[in-house]
Amino acid sequence: MNRRNFLKKAAAASAMAAAVTMIPGILFASDQEDSTLSGDINWTKGPCRFCGVGCGILVGTQNGKAVAVKGDPNSSVNKGLLCVKGYHQIMCTSSADRLTKPLVKKNGKYVETSMEEALDLVASKMKETIETHGKDSVAMYTSGQSTIPEGYVASKFMKGAIGTNNLDCNARLCMASAVTGFLTTFGADEPMGCYEDIEHANVFVLWGNNMAEMHPVLFSRMLDNRLTRKNVKIIDLATRTTRTSKAADKSILFKPQGDLAIANAICYELINNGWVNNSFVEKHVVFNKGKTNIGYGLEDKFKFKDEATPINFNQYKTFLEDYRPDKVETITGVSAKDIKYLASLYGDPNLKVVSFWCMGLNQHTRGTWMNNLVYNIHLLTGKISQPGNGPFSLTGQPSACGTAREVGTFTHKLPKGVVMNKKHRELAAKIWKVPYERIPAKPTYHATEMFRAVDRGDIKFIWTQVTNPLVSLPKTSRYRPAMEKDSCFVVVSDVFPTPTSDVADVILPAAWHVEKSGMYGNSERRTQYWDKMVEAPGEAMPDAWMTIEIAKRMGYGDLFPYSKENHHEEIYNEYRQFHAGKKHNMAPVEVLKKQSGVIWPYIEETGKSTQWRFNSKYDPACDSTKDFDFYGKPNGKAVIWQRPYEPAPEVPDNEYPFWLNTGRVIEHWHTGSMTRRIPVLHQAVPNAYVEFHPDDAKQMGIRNKQKVKVISRRGTTVLPASINERGMPTKGQVFVPFFDESMLINDVTLDAFCPISKEPDYKKCAVRIEKV
Amino acid sequence: MPIKSYIAFPHSGEKNQLISALKNTEHCEVVPSTNKDVIVLVTDTENDQQEEDLQQILHSIKEIEHLNLVSGFNDKATQL
Repeated sequence: MNRRNFLKKAAAASAMAAAVTMIPGILFASDQEDSTLSGDINWTKGPCRFCGVGCGILVGTQNGKAVAVKGDPNSSVNKGLLCVKGYHQIMCTSSADRLTKPLVKKNGKYVETSMEEALDLVASKMKETIETHGKDSVAMYTSGQSTIPEGYVASKFMKGAIGTNNLDCNARLCMASAVTGFLTTFGADEPMGCYEDIEHANVFVLWGNNMAEMHPVLFSRMLDNRLTRKNVKIIDLATRTTRTSKAADKSILFKPQGDLAIANAICYELINNGWVNNSFVEKHVVFNKGKTNIGYGLEDKFKFKDEATPINFNQYKTFLEDYRPDKVETITGVSAKDIKYLASLYGDPNLKVVSFWCMGLNQHTRGTWMNNLVYNIHLLTGKISQPGNGPFSLTGQPSACGTAREVGTFTHKLPKGVVMNKKHRELAAKIWKVPYERIPAKPTYHATEMFRAVDRGDIKFIWTQVTNPLVSLPKTSRYRPAMEKDSCFVVVSDVFPTPTSDVADVILPAAWHVEKSGMYGNSERRTQYWDKMVEAPGEAMPDAWMTIEIAKRMGYGDLFPYSKENHHEEIYNEYRQFHAGKKHNMAPVEVLKKQSGVIWPYIEETGKSTQWRFNSKYDPACDSTKDFDFYGKPNGKAVIWQRPYEPAPEVPDNEYPFWLNTGRVIEHWHTGSMTRRIPVLHQAVPNAYVEFHPDDAKQMGIRNKQKVKVISRRGTTVLPASINERGMPTKGQVFVPFFDESMLINDVTLDAFCPISKEPDYKKCAVRIEKV
Repeated sequence: MPIKSYIAFPHSGEKNQLISALKNTEHCEVVPSTNKDVIVLVTDTENDQQEEDLQQILHSIKEIEHLNLVSGFNDKATQL
């Protein structure tokens, strides 16, 4: 296949992918056959590089180069389908500005050096910083796009070797509220169900989740399901009209922060109408309330610890009196009729209901509460842990689950459990072969606070891997100048130059996805393995191997005895020991190599995945004398949490009269460092924009494409207006996608976060608009 | 020079005629849907003149109800 033929295949694949998202159920018989025409292409399986859906891909290689991508028909995730990003992913690797040599900043200019010299410099700087300022003066900031081995060695290096908990990751910005939601309600992280729920459910309620653009392959499965089965409905519950709203059976728009009241109002209706599954609740649920007026984390060194107080069903029922649907219409902007309709879907015992959500609920100053509240609905109705019935928190990154959450690259986490737990530290110390005392018992900096510490001068060395925080953090208007300060030595490992590498003292070139072997874990607990398919260019190397090389240079070589050729597999085998046992058993690497992913807990006896946890029919880890067993909690019972509505920290006023909501578009992956280097994707959406409601635009005299300033108390950015195009915010709200480093909307956003999860809220702050 | 892909929607009942018309047009390849009245069209022209001529031909095909451009590549990949 020559380059021109490859481009033609890619162009055809783009159009087919676009058609699939526009016309559910459409088939192109020649799709797979056409893609395999060229006989000398070698196809190798792996997971997609981009979102948390975890589609299986087949990468075509020829003469040592990756030349094509197609959907893996053997993957139960996507069944051969991919989205427009998936089909084009490998095209970024040939970008002309690819980082291939280490760069060291000397006298304000970057100078190429050898990898040996660069690694020596990084190791000596890190060591010197620890000797002078203590081990808590150095930090690592990694990613939900790091592979499982990369995350594991980063954790072992920082917590086990150096002995600091100064490790956090960008999954703090997207999934932390999901984690704390799971842990507070069930005592165990990650969804209980799997994507097969889509084929069983009658109703899908999408809570602030534009799946048509953010999880397009799952959305296509949902649409296909609606076409082929009777009695299937999609309800879009959002603050903005999107492609998802247009494809949904019903679109319900609510006011920002109103979701807290909507969820409570649904629970009020369930109880008021006698739709509670009393037997399930009596056997499997307890009730708690937590602290209220919990703050927003706006100040440096903010501290908060929640406290659970047991309550009974009647106390909970009384609490819900404030959330009678007609009472919350003003807060939510949703009619009592629509809330009653939602409740009737959840409450109908003959309907199977799946709730999906992602950033809308997680990036929320009450993100943990919102996760708890959706679980409340499913627990009251007993619609949980069964095929087609369940709450399903989706992830945004390909290994937010596998790496950030399971390996544990958060400051408070260990590969099994948390640093605060003595037994968990003892297990980690034993497997890592380090003194138990070396692992500190207190978490240190979560993502936002880590960069605040850089700004204050408390962190004097930071190493980022597989992430671009100076585009993705909230309030970059504070954190970019912070990272530019001489007080902190900045090391950035990446595949391409980014605004983050622009402030680095050392830039280490990293191998991309298919240029190394690894594993990812997706939203449905599926671990997926891939083999290295092509060589990385120049001196680029896998991030895991960079960490190992630095560790060796700092004198920790005995803790990292892995081989360069097979370190990914050796590390995974060591990591598996942490999860041994029925509740989280990981599949052996030999099994992962043969299959398009395995869902944990992996059942050794049968060689099968566990598709539905906590249900003894499917999950051998359950007490077999019970129908359901929420074994994450010592009493085997899930918790219904009493969580009230509380307002957002910053709301529109006379000076800043608009809500600002931020998010993504289907064509671009997060900060755009990869997808903006894929010509077809870049050309499709070359720049960010600010969406207006047509009435607001008319009132302000703003025309489509006209440049306007979006201004907050933190910063300003200039963007072209978009009126009634891809999406339409509600009146009084504007929306901006964050992928464009030349129009940095995160200079404008607020770094308020959920006090429990410490995840920032990118969906709500106040701005004003000025014409340029 | 440009390689482009489109989603082509035929007028009602004219899918087969449209496939035939596009197949007989130089620089065009078609991938018809097997279950919907939709055709994926891939065009491959060598220079601006050819591209301009092709656009005129496409606009004159009466069976096309709507032609939706999806992607466009140059043989020499453009970068940021």
